[in-house]
Amino acid sequence: MNQAASLFDPAEHAERASPPDKPTIIAALQAQLPAEMILTEAEDLRPFECDGLSAYRQVPMIAVLPATIEQVQATMRVCHAMDVPVVARGAGTGLSGGALPLDNGVLLSLAKFNRVLDIDTQNRRATVQPGVRNLAISEAVDHLDLYYAPDPSSQIACSIGGNVAENSGGVHCLKYGLTTHNILQLEIVTVDGERLTLGGASLDSPGYDLLALMTGSEGLLGVIVEVVVKLLPKPELAKVAMVAFDDVRAAGDAVAAIINAGCVPAGLEMLDSPAIIATEEFVHAGYPLDAAAILLCEVDGPAAEVEEDIERVREIVAGCGATDVRISRDATERALFWAGRKAAFPAMGRISPDYYCMDGTIPRKALADVLIGIGELSKKYGQRVANVFHAGDGNLHPLILYDANNPGELENTEAFGGAICELCLEHGGTITGEHGVGVEKIDQMCVQFPAAELTQFHAVKAAFDPRTLLNPGKAVPTLHRCAEFGAMHVHNGQVPFPELERL
Amino acid sequence: MTLTTSRDNTRDDPRDNDIAESLAAAVTEAFENSTPIAIRGGDTKAFLGESGSAEQSLDITGHRGVVSYEPGELVITARAGTPLADIERTLADSGQALAFEPPYFGDAATLGGTIATNLAGPARPFTGAARDFVLGARIINGRGEILRFGGEVMKNVAGYDLSRLMAGAFGTLGVLLDVSLKVLPRPRAQVTQRFEQDQTAAIQNFCQLGRKPWPITASYWEDGTTYLRLAGASSSVSAAQKSLGGEMLSDDVAFWRDVREQQRPLFTDAKSLWRLSVAPATPVLDIAGTTAMDWGGALRWLAGNDDEQGIRQRISQHGGHATVYRGQASSRLHPLSHSMMAVHTRLKNALDPAGILNPGRMYADF
Ligand SMILES: Cc1cc2nc3c(=O)[nH]c(=O)nc-3n(C[C@H](O)[C@H](O)[C@H](O)COP(=O)(O)OP(=O)(O)OC[C@H]3O[C@@H](n4cnc5c(N)ncnc54)[C@H](O)[C@@H]3O)c2cc1C
Repeated sequence: MNQAASLFDPAEHAERASPPDKPTIIAALQAQLPAEMILTEAEDLRPFECDGLSAYRQVPMIAVLPATIEQVQATMRVCHAMDVPVVARGAGTGLSGGALPLDNGVLLSLAKFNRVLDIDTQNRRATVQPGVRNLAISEAVDHLDLYYAPDPSSQIACSIGGNVAENSGGVHCLKYGLTTHNILQLEIVTVDGERLTLGGASLDSPGYDLLALMTGSEGLLGVIVEVVVKLLPKPELAKVAMVAFDDVRAAGDAVAAIINAGCVPAGLEMLDSPAIIATEEFVHAGYPLDAAAILLCEVDGPAAEVEEDIERVREIVAGCGATDVRISRDATERALFWAGRKAAFPAMGRISPDYYCMDGTIPRKALADVLIGIGELSKKYGQRVANVFHAGDGNLHPLILYDANNPGELENTEAFGGAICELCLEHGGTITGEHGVGVEKIDQMCVQFPAAELTQFHAVKAAFDPRTLLNPGKAVPTLHRCAEFGAMHVHNGQVPFPELERL
Repeated sequence: MTLTTSRDNTRDDPRDNDIAESLAAAVTEAFENSTPIAIRGGDTKAFLGESGSAEQSLDITGHRGVVSYEPGELVITARAGTPLADIERTLADSGQALAFEPPYFGDAATLGGTIATNLAGPARPFTGAARDFVLGARIINGRGEILRFGGEVMKNVAGYDLSRLMAGAFGTLGVLLDVSLKVLPRPRAQVTQRFEQDQTAAIQNFCQLGRKPWPITASYWEDGTTYLRLAGASSSVSAAQKSLGGEMLSDDVAFWRDVREQQRPLFTDAKSLWRLSVAPATPVLDIAGTTAMDWGGALRWLAGNDDEQGIRQRISQHGGHATVYRGQASSRLHPLSHSMMAVHTRLKNALDPAGILNPGRMYADF
């Protein structure tokens, strides 16, 4: 299904002076880079047409696969000089269409940057190229009893560059933080091909915290070409409690109760009944099929503390009406309990032709209300939904099940997704906790942010990329786009952007 | 939109007040007249950075009070003029704390100044800096507009992370109005062990300890003695205490407060004081003066040396940076490279186009 046409408002790019034609751009790139790094034919470009949000597809004009920082710089210089937009791409696992190519742009793949450059045990850090897979970092330092903490569920495939661009989280970020908390230094190439070092070897650096600004900027401010990550010592012990509830509200309240009791679990995940049934049939992790929800609560740290805390967790959940509590007895059982959670996405793929993974964060206290609200929306939109998510962070991932072959079902799914976003906002949350805005949530940004904030975002973008050549049309909507969106979409009875003329 | 106004668990103080609108009006006027303004909180950190060129000041201490705090959410939102001590007391009542252990440098310290300078205490390498705990902020930009970024939830990637960018920006990118911070439970137990060792041995020790999951939350060295603070559940703290050995320090809470507030003799006696930020395993620096180390070796304090050029040159060779806390220097913060300065001025311009917010407070260039 090609949605790209409706997604990109041509008016947003209309003012761009017409760039040189494709052969001229190819020739200019060929003058700088080895020919095999430049892909121009439809069949070679096809693999780049979408990321993990496959409902949106667009073949790029050209794909470039550089292997050195100098080649990235050369590519950026050519594109900058010729006014060609550039979309950076890591592993393409993004779920918000951030790496969706442009038909008039260059797709810059960082796939060849796949080496771990340095492991500094003394300073507990590793220098890696952006295309290195998240899990490959932890694997490279495993023998040193160190690891890289953020662990997105996609960690076997996603790249560290993509993680930085999205500020990705994972199961363990409740205790260990997001990508932004676990990196020390970035090497970036700017839109005009300049190389900059952000952050440094020490725990802080002079000037503004550009490391923070770059993290989560979705490829709009610069191309990440090298990353220095923090490494942590592996915890002495980790135990996971698998807790069943016969009521979603009780499970939601147990999450708040655990945090309230002064525990900070390493991970605190929740699966609802549809998710439990689908994953159990797939991997047999031993999840109780009759439960309305289960919590996986992992505690890690020094052995004595883990033993103490896991018992506290047992008491707390018992007080919250848990129907069953099982605590992993060894590493094998712990892995088994987690196996279900980790296989949840593929399991959904087995029970539905397509699913749409949503992402929003809410205050923990609203968990039960929002889950029940999603259940009501599911009835309203007539589509099934399963929930597997980072409950400890209040980060929801409702999976809407659909079949793209049924006419109108994708559109209905998207409307359902939009309604979930707004439900999150109504409860004091945000439209995206970790998957980014990309193209997917661009309209919901108009609901979350007033015009002044969006204007400020554009000004920040202009400080790095005044001609909006880096990943244009993503992450931050233009005010005109919001005005158009608002015309068909009135939030809480208020027309957004009343000050703007309707186009 | 994302900030609630629930006042559960917050104490009512007659001085609590939201004066955001009048502060914004003052900034708007300054913007229209291109009048530089110096943003003032408790004035406890004036010694950091440059004095700035603004003659008119904007007092934010009237903008105070906790806006919302629910311990179960691990989030507190407070106005920038709120005394830091009030915030820490409110948190302590619920068994929670600001895990970055912000230094006060005076009773009048406010939340705004704490975030604007991004200072953190001895726990920094183990729990994070002020910037790591920022979840959201309401600010006034240089046009006098009130803007809200981030929120009160743990994870939020909608839009650029401008609230975190405010940490350490010394108010040059916006006037902080309200800040939402992640908070953490206080450790249930804490103990500090001391060991006699020279600086080289201490650096080695810090590196080795850092590679193992010890429950360490502070590590400091001064005058031939290493101090390790262990914290967490009492069972794990006493287990670690046994295996690590050393001699137990009696009043360790006071000791770490003195380290944090620079009340140790090395600091109080120093006529010139430099803060050197380096990679933790950096060997003993070949720079004259008296040294102490915090942050497991990543922070080196240097007293009794005022050779700005020499210090900066040496520290740059080690990939670190040097800030002067006391004494003379042509640039109090570590100078930026040409290309970095260009990025900084463009970013400054994006948030404060007239250059009226704390100009010259960080660097003479902006
Ligand atoms: C099954 C599954 C589970 C997932 N689970 C999680 C999860 O638990 N937590 C989570 O946070 N995410 C999760 N994701 C989403 C996704 O994996 C992350 O967003 C990931 O960080 C994307 O990395 P990538 O290398 O695939 O990036 P891409 O998809 O290639 O790109 C993502 C964005 O980053 C930009 N980008 C990529 N590389 C660079 C670079 N070098 N420089 C500048 N910009 C760049 C792109 O332009 C794009 O905007 C999941 C995805 C899937 C498919």
